Amino acid sequence: MEYTIIIGLEVHVQLLTESKMFSSCGTEFGLPPNTQTDPVSLGLPGTLPVMNRKAFELALKTAVALGAEIAPFTKWDRKNYYYPDLPKNYQISQYDLPFSRGGSLAIPVQKDGSGGGSCRLTRVHLEEDTGKMLHGAGGFSEVDLNRAGIPLLEIVSEPDLRSAQDAKACLEELRLTLRYLGVSDCEMQEGSLRCDANINLHIPADGKTVATPIVEIKNLNSFRAVERALEYEAKRQYTKWKADGLTIKDAPKETRGWSDPEGITKPQRQKETAADYRYFPEPDLVPVVVDQAWIDRVRASVGELPAQRRERFETEYGLSAYDANVLVEQGQDVADYFDAVAKATGEFKLASNWIQQDVLRTVKEKKLKLAEFPVGPDTLADLINRVKRKELNTNQGREVLAKLIETGEPLDAIIKSGGYGMVADTSVIAQAVEAALAANPKAIEDLKGGKKKPDAVKGFLRGQVMKQTGGKADPALVGELLDAKLAELLA
Amino acid sequence: MASANAIELLAQLNSGAITSEELARGYLERAERLGRLNAFVHLDPEVVLSQARALDSKRRAGQPLGALAGLPVAIKDVLCVDGELTTCGSRMLKNFRPPYDATAITRLKAADAVLFGKTNMDEFAMGSSTETSAYGPARNPWNEECIAGGSSGGSAVAVAADCVPLSLGTDTGGSVRQPASLCGVVGLKPTYGRVSRYGLIAYASSLDQIGPFAHNVADAALLLKAVAGHDALDATSVNLPVPDYLASLETPPESLRVGVVPEFLGAGLDPEIESAIREAIKVYEAAGATVKEVALPHSKYGVPAYYLVAPAECSSNLARYDGTIYGHRAEDFRPQYPNEKDIAPLVLMMMASRAEGFGAEVKRRIMLGTFALSAGYADQFYNQALKVRRLIKNDFDAAFGEVDVILSPTSPTPAFRLGEKTSDPLAMYLSDIYTITANLAGIPGLSIPCGLTKSGLPIGLQLLGPAFSEETLLRTARVFEKATDWHTKRPELM
Repeated sequence: MEYTIIIGLEVHVQLLTESKMFSSCGTEFGLPPNTQTDPVSLGLPGTLPVMNRKAFELALKTAVALGAEIAPFTKWDRKNYYYPDLPKNYQISQYDLPFSRGGSLAIPVQKDGSGGGSCRLTRVHLEEDTGKMLHGAGGFSEVDLNRAGIPLLEIVSEPDLRSAQDAKACLEELRLTLRYLGVSDCEMQEGSLRCDANINLHIPADGKTVATPIVEIKNLNSFRAVERALEYEAKRQYTKWKADGLTIKDAPKETRGWSDPEGITKPQRQKETAADYRYFPEPDLVPVVVDQAWIDRVRASVGELPAQRRERFETEYGLSAYDANVLVEQGQDVADYFDAVAKATGEFKLASNWIQQDVLRTVKEKKLKLAEFPVGPDTLADLINRVKRKELNTNQGREVLAKLIETGEPLDAIIKSGGYGMVADTSVIAQAVEAALAANPKAIEDLKGGKKKPDAVKGFLRGQVMKQTGGKADPALVGELLDAKLAELLA
Repeated sequence: MASANAIELLAQLNSGAITSEELARGYLERAERLGRLNAFVHLDPEVVLSQARALDSKRRAGQPLGALAGLPVAIKDVLCVDGELTTCGSRMLKNFRPPYDATAITRLKAADAVLFGKTNMDEFAMGSSTETSAYGPARNPWNEECIAGGSSGGSAVAVAADCVPLSLGTDTGGSVRQPASLCGVVGLKPTYGRVSRYGLIAYASSLDQIGPFAHNVADAALLLKAVAGHDALDATSVNLPVPDYLASLETPPESLRVGVVPEFLGAGLDPEIESAIREAIKVYEAAGATVKEVALPHSKYGVPAYYLVAPAECSSNLARYDGTIYGHRAEDFRPQYPNEKDIAPLVLMMMASRAEGFGAEVKRRIMLGTFALSAGYADQFYNQALKVRRLIKNDFDAAFGEVDVILSPTSPTPAFRLGEKTSDPLAMYLSDIYTITANLAGIPGLSIPCGLTKSGLPIGLQLLGPAFSEETLLRTARVFEKATDWHTKRPELM
């Protein structure tokens, strides 16, 4: 490696509350500009903030899930700066006593074995979101204050990430965790999860390590963009360093914006603000005291997190790491669905396969939420149990599942009208074996002559036997009787 | 009417001797006749009369009535009234009509009070004379060449001149008590958190409190009771029951230990005021009080600490007035100086709007506060002031371990002449030397009339008590009122 990439993330997450951080104003996304406002979120004279306790609880829940320590005493501060997206020209935030300390983000292990470990958190604090500036035509800018005052969690990491891939994976894991917790919907497109990344390089040179100037990358609107921008920026910094040799000591931190269509980062104009935010304690709010009982209540509400769930799927159900991950990373609803089917059937691998192949494919194709999927976990479990009891064979089961999805009719009706039912009668299957062999004398020749691989020929013959029974034969029994017959013939 | 008090008027309204409309008309006529006092900045007779008429029909219909049914109450122009001009004595908000009521206003409406216009004030409540008002100063009814005090000067004048029986002001460093003192009326600053600040346009959030003006202690008690109490819209309002201040008023406090701070009767105090205060002490002694010296050693740092904390908060509270969403917006915001040519038009607009919209005193305090909070200075100034604030509070805690109330002058001087101190901010700031520490400590205080100077200007007596001791303060004040007749004196007005 020519250099080490040093990456830290700064993530903003909107919390999923009915009302804003400091007023009863609604928070619904996508409404016409400035309709989701009230006197408080417009910062009208005389209005006062009152803390949304639900938002604070969600923040506590997040901090607990990220392994952070909850501060017993936390307060609010004003961050003062002039910007039209900030109706009071100060933001209510947390400065020296944020509600949590420490914690970390897990870095998932990649397929190539890279990644793993964790990324420490510098701080997590709660604040109010700003409005949105829309820089329109004609040199005018427009302000939409629907977003102003929405509870916003700021999560700042230490520069512990070493690749763009890790940064993306870490962020995806954070999103999954937050979604499992139900604290945020984390839609990057809608801005409920936003990420800036700080990056520089440590380059070995002349027996020492030199660091390139730190760049903060903004305008990262997708997970893919995070990865691409960081990859691009690492290369850009290396090329630049080779050309000008400038290090962290020679240049201040620079802010660059990611241009997704061009695939490059560009220097960005800073806000018209000085760096001095003149923080001071928010006199309109009272400090929050969090006692152990409150922390315990929050801890109890956290539930099973994605990492724990993956591990349980592997140990309890014997799934591969790959399968466990696919089921978990789809979201809590899918994992719950799988859990229910697995528990009701004891057929873990089959449940995993069918859910991944049939359920998830359909959900994806039809753009459904799992809750809208026509086949509930009880029905799927019922179907799998019938296969398990050999009332249906596996192929029939999948056909029935397809019809369940397509028609939404009751399971019994589909099985009855489709004439499904497995043939496990030895004499019937023995007859079918006879008939199949009689109809395919060449196959016997092939086996005798050793021209073709025996497994391939046997597979072909098994298929012919199934065909004779209209696909209803018990495949295990077919294999058994066919093998016996062939052994007899070839002896 | 020219010397009526609220409780008497309420009895007459309830007995049917007068109607609310008649009462309102009488006061409107007087307010118009005394318009030269500049007590009101917005007073729409029709708005007043329609409320009074509605009250009269409610009364005729036999519907249940609130505690202030039909009584006119004037409102300092810093409190938001839904749909009514609320301008804070500033050009910045000259067209601002809030879309909501302050909680105190909601409560007055619920008590069936008749909102009687908006009163003059120092701009954004910053001043001690009502001279920083964009509408020009209010005049003292006892001597129209003199200041009314401030910042709630208009509310004090409105009551003192009998243009209204009751009014609300706000007190951040003495802005209710000092004008009450200078105008010869009762003014009370409640404990921080006693009255909701929701809808009170903030000057210094950790110090501001809404308080009543009245001719006597009973009327003040009546109005305080109507507006006090916890409010879910103000996180700093305190959830404690509101006593029935009137019910206990005539009963002297069980314990009457009166504290006197020797330094408060020393240098810098007008001699006529000093002798009036010493007379007041005798009145209490005669009523059986134990008078005791107490020490408030950090009080001398009160004014400097206040002039860091209050401006710091104001620099942030007033940042929102930038001409973007509401309030004054400059029409011409072209660069004024060569170094402004690279500044974005938006920023130039904000700069020009603030330059035009705010007056000199407001700008002075914004700059002071911005400086006090700036990196590298905050520890030396703002944070240091917070420590002093804590010491001042500790002083009071210790003193109230020994006495029930602390007695002092309200103001070091009687009303001075208009313009006398406008060019000397520091001299002006010292007007609040005896009142300012109560705001820093969050404790309640009231001012009651206790004398007149030889030239006929009112003198006020201040009583301070521990947090949430309003009931004791009012009862203690009532002891003085019963023994004297200063509260019945009225200015001679043509």
